[in-house]
Amino acid sequence: MKQSTQNVSRLLHRRQMRVSDTVQSVPPSGIRRFFDLANELEDVISLGVGEPDFVTPWHIRESCIHALEQGHTSYTSNQGLPELREEIAGTFRRDHSLHYDPNEEILITTGVSEGIDLAMRAILNRGDEVIISEPCYVSYVPTVIFAGGVPVTVATSIENDFKVTAERIEEKITEKTRAIMINYPNNPTGATMGKKDLEEIADVATEYDLIVISDEIYDKLTYDGKHTCFSSLNGMITNTVLFNGFSKSHAMTGLRVGYALGSSDIIGAMTKIHQYSMLCAPSTSQIAAIDALRNGRAEMERMVREYDRRRHLIINGFNKIGLDCFWGKGAFYAFPSIAGTGMTADEFAERLMLEKRVAVVPGNVFGDSGAGFLRCSYAASRDDIKEALARIGEFVESTDDGIA
Amino acid sequence: MDLAQNILEIIENDPKIDISEIASLTGSSDEEIRDCVRQLEGDGTICKYKTIIDWDKVDNGFVYAIIEITVSLERETGYNVVADRISKFPEVRSVRLISGDHDISLTVRGKSMKQVAFFVAEKIATLPQVQSTATHFVLKTYKEDGVILHETEHAERLPIVA
Repeated sequence: MKQSTQNVSRLLHRRQMRVSDTVQSVPPSGIRRFFDLANELEDVISLGVGEPDFVTPWHIRESCIHALEQGHTSYTSNQGLPELREEIAGTFRRDHSLHYDPNEEILITTGVSEGIDLAMRAILNRGDEVIISEPCYVSYVPTVIFAGGVPVTVATSIENDFKVTAERIEEKITEKTRAIMINYPNNPTGATMGKKDLEEIADVATEYDLIVISDEIYDKLTYDGKHTCFSSLNGMITNTVLFNGFSKSHAMTGLRVGYALGSSDIIGAMTKIHQYSMLCAPSTSQIAAIDALRNGRAEMERMVREYDRRRHLIINGFNKIGLDCFWGKGAFYAFPSIAGTGMTADEFAERLMLEKRVAVVPGNVFGDSGAGFLRCSYAASRDDIKEALARIGEFVESTDDGIA
Repeated sequence: MDLAQNILEIIENDPKIDISEIASLTGSSDEEIRDCVRQLEGDGTICKYKTIIDWDKVDNGFVYAIIEITVSLERETGYNVVADRISKFPEVRSVRLISGDHDISLTVRGKSMKQVAFFVAEKIATLPQVQSTATHFVLKTYKEDGVILHETEHAERLPIVA
């Protein structure tokens, strides 16, 4: 009897040991719980999705079908199809006057998320620190941890339009700091940063010799003003690892294709990891991406114009309800404050889901500085946005305190 | 984007939308939208607010035909005289000058194939400038003015994703 108890406890201990300490140290995504909740309910209107509600434009889907008919289903080179890399190089030459060598400075990845993982593993030694502006996309912090690094978050706030400042970054720099990670236009706030704001970050990066990881997946979704590509700032082309892709601009989330641009040493190191793990991005998706770049501008611009209308609709809508909403100029997220209701964002989002069947994501999921806000995607139809706003309005009225 | 263009794109897809909703979509005031729409109506940019109907779903619907016409041109008057004359028939739904083998393309609507055929024979083919006509009856309409009539696509999405 005693022996078997010992066996059980040894077994339990071994079970725990099977998952690495590193992975155990990362909590599951805060979004998971809401996802499960939403799945159990019917008639849910979702403003909880970080993907376009448009289906991939037909010309792109048609190019996938053609590729399949032609039998293009084999591996491509590890770095990705040469035509796609050349097309990307051409785009950056035309749009930003930036010259990237398609053979050494461009890597096609299975979406930006894979690319960021590769970059972290390529540049970080154990214990190196990465400064991450926050609130931020849920993958950044875990990705740094999985790569053996230490994430150091810098809070941004509504007082500064959710822009990260050079000052706040500088405060966090230590001798361990290797990189700064930014994402503008931003998920979840919708914030953008102008050229001047970014130049200050570039100056800090130069002064302390830091790499800048710039996730610009939402660059095409900039509504007021013009997006500034971080690599285009003075001297930054060699210090920046730039990420972009097709998921948001061309409604291609499930096709999983993105790219990384940077100097050959870092792109080379990332390619090494990529070739031993992913091998190559899906071939059909790479062919779709070529078509998106060659023929996709008109459809993309049509979608962006429609997002801009919905942006006005939803932000005006929140402000009318009495939930102060920041005028984000990019991405497709509204980020209203619910501080006046006296509820936490978690409470608000959960009750809203259960009582009114509207799915939104509490801002604290994206970091502590997102507490008190909701991330509401306006990549939803106008009718859904109107109905969701009506339900949220009813919900706010129904709460005991109303808005303080 | 220019406000007028923005309004036109919205209205083209949804003529029933009200002024205040256009205002909230474009970040303008009701008054600005009303003025702009009035101007676009006044200068003929907005010609008419129309509806796309699938007449196949209606008993006693309509028959459509595309008619291609070759015309002989008179000196100085060009295509306009004959095109204007054809346009006046209410049976004729559209008149376009086209490139290629023929000169003018019409869409004609009637209650029956016979009615359309006789209309073309009696009223169009007999015009002095018309040299020849070719009538193509429409058997089924799949897409009309940008709208797919029998849409079967329903893409599913997860309700919550980061």
